[in-house]
Amino acid sequence: MPQITAQEAKSEYDVIIVGSGAGGGQTAYTLTMEGVKVLMLEAGRSYDPVKETPMFKQGPSAPLLGASTPDKPFGFYDSTVDGGWTVPGEPYVRASEGRENQFNWWRARMTGGRTNHWGRLSFRNGPYDFKPRSRDGLGFDWPLDYEDVAPYYDKVEQLIGVYGNNDGLENTPNSPAGVLLPPPAPRVGERLVQHRVKKIGIPVVAAHRAVLTKRQDAENIPAKLHPNNPKAQRLLRESMQSRAACFWATPCGRGCSIKATYQSTTVHLPPALASGNLDLVPNAMVREVLVGKDGKAEGILFVDKTTGQEVRVRARAVVLAASAAETVRIMLNSKSALFPEGVANSSGLVGKYLMDTVGAKLAGQFPAMENLPPLNEDGAGGAHVYAPWWLYKEQLAGKLNFARGYHIEFASAGRAPGMGTGSGLENLNGGGSWGQRFKEDVRRYQGSIFGFSGRGEMIPNEGSYCELDPVVKDKWGIPVLRFHWKWSDHELNQAAHMQQTFKEMIEASGGRVWGKQPEAHGRDAIHPGGDIIHEVGGALMGDNKRKSVTDQWCRTWDVPNLYLTDGAPFVSNADKNPTLTLMALAWRASDHLVGELKRGNL
Amino acid sequence: MNSPFSERLDRRTALKWMATAAASVTLAPRNFAQQKSGVPAATGTIVEAYSGPGYGTDPDLLKDYKPGELWPLSFDAHQRQTAAVLCGLIIPADSKSPSAADLKVHDFIDEWISSPYPDQAGDRRIILEGLSQLDQLCVSRFQAKFVDLKSTQQHEVCDLLAVMPTIKAGDAAAQAEAKVLQPGRRFFKRFRDLTAGGFYSTPEGFKDIGYIGNVPLAAFPKPPSDLLARLGLPTDA
Repeated sequence: MPQITAQEAKSEYDVIIVGSGAGGGQTAYTLTMEGVKVLMLEAGRSYDPVKETPMFKQGPSAPLLGASTPDKPFGFYDSTVDGGWTVPGEPYVRASEGRENQFNWWRARMTGGRTNHWGRLSFRNGPYDFKPRSRDGLGFDWPLDYEDVAPYYDKVEQLIGVYGNNDGLENTPNSPAGVLLPPPAPRVGERLVQHRVKKIGIPVVAAHRAVLTKRQDAENIPAKLHPNNPKAQRLLRESMQSRAACFWATPCGRGCSIKATYQSTTVHLPPALASGNLDLVPNAMVREVLVGKDGKAEGILFVDKTTGQEVRVRARAVVLAASAAETVRIMLNSKSALFPEGVANSSGLVGKYLMDTVGAKLAGQFPAMENLPPLNEDGAGGAHVYAPWWLYKEQLAGKLNFARGYHIEFASAGRAPGMGTGSGLENLNGGGSWGQRFKEDVRRYQGSIFGFSGRGEMIPNEGSYCELDPVVKDKWGIPVLRFHWKWSDHELNQAAHMQQTFKEMIEASGGRVWGKQPEAHGRDAIHPGGDIIHEVGGALMGDNKRKSVTDQWCRTWDVPNLYLTDGAPFVSNADKNPTLTLMALAWRASDHLVGELKRGNL
Repeated sequence: MNSPFSERLDRRTALKWMATAAASVTLAPRNFAQQKSGVPAATGTIVEAYSGPGYGTDPDLLKDYKPGELWPLSFDAHQRQTAAVLCGLIIPADSKSPSAADLKVHDFIDEWISSPYPDQAGDRRIILEGLSQLDQLCVSRFQAKFVDLKSTQQHEVCDLLAVMPTIKAGDAAAQAEAKVLQPGRRFFKRFRDLTAGGFYSTPEGFKDIGYIGNVPLAAFPKPPSDLLARLGLPTDA
């Protein structure tokens, strides 16, 4: 990945973007295609998935067969660099402990950030998801509607490449014809569950994931995305032509050297760099947004991690896309006479209403899946099907004890063996076996056990927020965040409901619950905050500057040339995984920013 | 079921095994965030990165690693031999695949228990103490260490330790026996888990189990219709 050093950065740019993940990547892409001169600052090292991805590597090549460790918490081959649940030299603080009151913060320190390892699930928010308060009186409404975002969903889906079907289900929007790529054929276990849970009323349809099931239409899409912009069309066409279709092997979480999945590093950044309009400085740990006497952002102060020196860079506008919480941290650390509580924080709401996704899981063992013949079920490396939330009407009628929905993911590609293979069979084979019998037991049961996960909406609450810790600083001397976390009964009841539903699904599919049974109380079922790595909120958008941090364009009310294009402006966190929405909003915000630059307003 | 074998298990060994069980180490949860004590009370808990030995947070992912390359191994010659024999008994060779010993899974187990990371510390204890206690059991029963037993005797030991028996309520003798054997069975279960994890992660293990993935395909096919029909699933979609 081409890059420059901090010393090589020019003294002035049109726009500085902090962060190179989904939000920063999309912003840089949109701006540079329109000829805007951009400097991107990334806190981590330069990372190139084309050269660094351990494609096809198998357990015996890795230490501990690739098992997770504190250094690589999602396993040796996970793409995350210098990150995970902790980052060396960059601590954070938990205000309270306990399963229900802790927040775990996943970070990556690399170009492309968390997009290199993410699950690639790409669902649109529906119309209800932008107006949740109007629907049930809880949380907040967004200052925009589905119709405002829909054109950007169309663009992002075509840019990154998303497979899926248009099923026309409630609050689960279709994409226009020709936008989605064809979904892969469901696997055996996915078909089993899909077929059998019909009778209990749960729809199972094609998942939507950012994986190319075929090559993109490089001849036609560029003109649709960049009308009247021949240079952008050419750059996008070349980028699309460099991406191969999925060849149905090697896990996506390692990254993808053939660029068949969306990563910022394979989709957003290459054309942006090829435009000549983007300078990318890695190892740039941003400390604060510099604000002038006129109340406008002047630039950024960052620590060049290669030298330890502080560096100032200037621009006409600043975009923070460092991840919701990191963006909050930078804002709170940007104190000035005009903004003693942090930049663009006259509302006092920066850091407030942090959200994650509600998660719970349960596993099942399915006798019908025993002794299957050899099959290659690697597929697209993640879910081919899922169950979108299906109880909107029951919920609206007050028949459920929680207010928002969840979707269900289940993984039936369990035949790929690993450290868990053969473990726990004593629960199936009469207490345990060894020798030839054990070998036969493993052959019989491998692939017959798979897990169900729920991903549900968390309603923002006043007990879940972050602030600067008054004492603790990171190794660069920058004050760190302190997290407070609370769930409401809506989330806890939802988590309990998830596990009960999984049990019903497992039993409807002829299986039995494997391992832990559903918990009686949601507090024992729910994953701790942050575990699902869907951190959003902290600088909510709104239509009232006293009650929100940004307007609907992700532009801060207080500082007209400061934009936030990561998850920070999210007003709610629907069960639909946030990345696609985040990119759509980043594109929309970038269009607005381009307009402001062109109009000479900044 | 009351086994005559366990009645002959000497008391000293039984007590030792029970002590091992009582001192068992709980495996660390997935989140490895380290907690520092003695920080100012007002701030809360500082969540810091693991700073112990290991391969670090940015290792070379393209290199092939061998057991013993990143950290020293633990087994002495006898422990290694015992582990190899046990691997070969738990997963023997058959017409479909070689044995776990043939694939040197015992070296993987050594690498695993020698890991500097906290997640494997419990296994290190279970395996090293278990191997030693296995010999004590064999000496008390057969007057020879495990590797020196006749194969029928080794099979007898595996039969005893491999199975977690179902015990009827009120069967005090069976309960007492189970309590005595619990540590040995716990060792055997964990050793079997590690053996299976190591074995089935190899290309030979993949083949054995019918995993034929991790190869590039031009297209992802729908499952065979006869298989779907067998499962009572629609074959048209």
